[in-house]
Amino acid sequence: MSALLSVTDAHVAYGKVEAVRSVSLQVGQNEIVTIVGANGAGKTTLLSAIMGVLPLKGRVAFAGQDLAQLDIEDRVAMGLGLVPEHRELFVTMNVEDNLELGAFRIERSRAKASIERIYAQFPRLKERRKQLAGTLSGGEQQMLAMGRALMGEPKLLMLDEPSLGLAPIIVADIFRIVSELKASGVSVLLVEQNAQAALKIADRAYVMELGEFVLSGKASDIAANERVAASYLGFQHEGESAI
Amino acid sequence: MNTTIMLFLLQDGITNGAIYALLGLALVLVFAVTRVILIPQGEFVTYGALTYASLASGQMPGTAKLALAMGIAACAFDLFVARKALHGRLILRSVLANIVLPAAVLALTIYFAAQKPPVAVCIALSLVIVAMIGLYLYRVAFQPLAHTSVLVLLIASVGTHLALQGLGLLFFGAEGQRGPAVLSGAFTAGSLRFTGQSLTVYGITIAFIVGLWLFFGLTLYGKALRATAVNRLGARLAGIRTTLSGQIAFLLASVIGALSGIMIVPITTLYYDSGFLIGLKGFVAAIIGGLVSYPLTAVAALFVGTVEAFSSFYASNYKEVIVFMLLIPVLLLRSLAAPAVEEEKD
Repeated sequence: MSALLSVTDAHVAYGKVEAVRSVSLQVGQNEIVTIVGANGAGKTTLLSAIMGVLPLKGRVAFAGQDLAQLDIEDRVAMGLGLVPEHRELFVTMNVEDNLELGAFRIERSRAKASIERIYAQFPRLKERRKQLAGTLSGGEQQMLAMGRALMGEPKLLMLDEPSLGLAPIIVADIFRIVSELKASGVSVLLVEQNAQAALKIADRAYVMELGEFVLSGKASDIAANERVAASYLGFQHEGESAI
Repeated sequence: MNTTIMLFLLQDGITNGAIYALLGLALVLVFAVTRVILIPQGEFVTYGALTYASLASGQMPGTAKLALAMGIAACAFDLFVARKALHGRLILRSVLANIVLPAAVLALTIYFAAQKPPVAVCIALSLVIVAMIGLYLYRVAFQPLAHTSVLVLLIASVGTHLALQGLGLLFFGAEGQRGPAVLSGAFTAGSLRFTGQSLTVYGITIAFIVGLWLFFGLTLYGKALRATAVNRLGARLAGIRTTLSGQIAFLLASVIGALSGIMIVPITTLYYDSGFLIGLKGFVAAIIGGLVSYPLTAVAALFVGTVEAFSSFYASNYKEVIVFMLLIPVLLLRSLAAPAVEEEKD
């Protein structure tokens, strides 16, 4: 099986500072892949560059096609979706309009059906359908951002820190929905600081440090790795240093 | 001053204010969507007005040729940008929209100009010609700069204003023109006399505002435009092209400008450079609305129109000065109320 998303030797720089160095990663069909790492490791930068928000040196292929010449909008049309860290909602518009616009490139009849599906997935959004996006709570905003991205019928959804700043009960909800996505045929590339939760639902994982991948493998193996456990999972083994 | 004069001035002010309202709304729209402060809005007004007046008097307006020339340039830009991934459909679409369409309109204009067409045909042709100029102007001058700062866009805006004004002199000459009334006749209610033209102004302004409101509130493209204005990155991530939103915004602005021109030119003689001052008054209203609020802009426009009418009665030499002086207290108040804003980083 060929990979759905394949990134080879990617470099992303802000001016002269390289935030991502020589990173290669793959996401297969029906797979949840997570990138864990500390704040500032370059995870968000990498996702933005894959989406086309930042320029990337290297090769990115999606569904077998090279993305180099394509704008963000073209990538969306191909089935690549990003829920960015800051959610980027249309805050002065209501929930339903936000969702409707997520399906801007989708046929109207199909979009109507998707909106009902999203409401089934996120009942909270249905209750708030006429409320302005900017007045929602953090958790609801995250749900709306995910819902909007799903309205575009992505084959691969990239989630940037979906649990950031949310109450634990909502975090659990979000992670439950992410694992459900896989069942509905959507692959997920998940960037998380909450490594423990991310590794639990992921199939494979990459560990990122200072712009580079330092470890990769099955999520369960990564979770069992002592070094990862010490640095990212909050388990400090006695007598060992953090790194 | 007696009541009759006051009512008359008020009526005059509201007629002008209605037009400033349309122009102000167009400015707010274009700024919100593209971050361009649309100085050439005034040229859309003059081009619309003088194209209409020329056609009505049986002359061939040069704007039709300009639309074709700009279309050819826009097509060249399209093909150059897509040179690495050219395909048949893209070329065909660009040639159809940028060359075939203005060429067809030019042919129609030449045909009709020779035979003093009816008012409706003049209006339709003028609107289409100016709409195309607006669309191609965005493609040629602003779309390539879309990622730059507000200041760069403003400089481009001033540049296009000067260029279009110069071309206006070339096309229409230094002489002023007046056009036929869209609706002739008049009636009197009490001491007030309503002309058909002023009723047209009210009617079209109200229809346009309601139309815009429906467009933004109910249609997918209207919502997409609002979305781009609220959050550019969010819109792109939803698959809404910034260029599409920009095109729609410029199209609306040019149609609004041309329509305003067509409504004014039967009332006032317009010269090739009159649009700038008219556009500026719409701009005053837009600034009072903070370049973001549509309702505040509309109300401010009526206020600007009324102040203009009264100051032309009391101190006609200073009427422009008084209108533009309105900006100073507004800017002062806004600067006190608003937190310091840094120019966005790119």
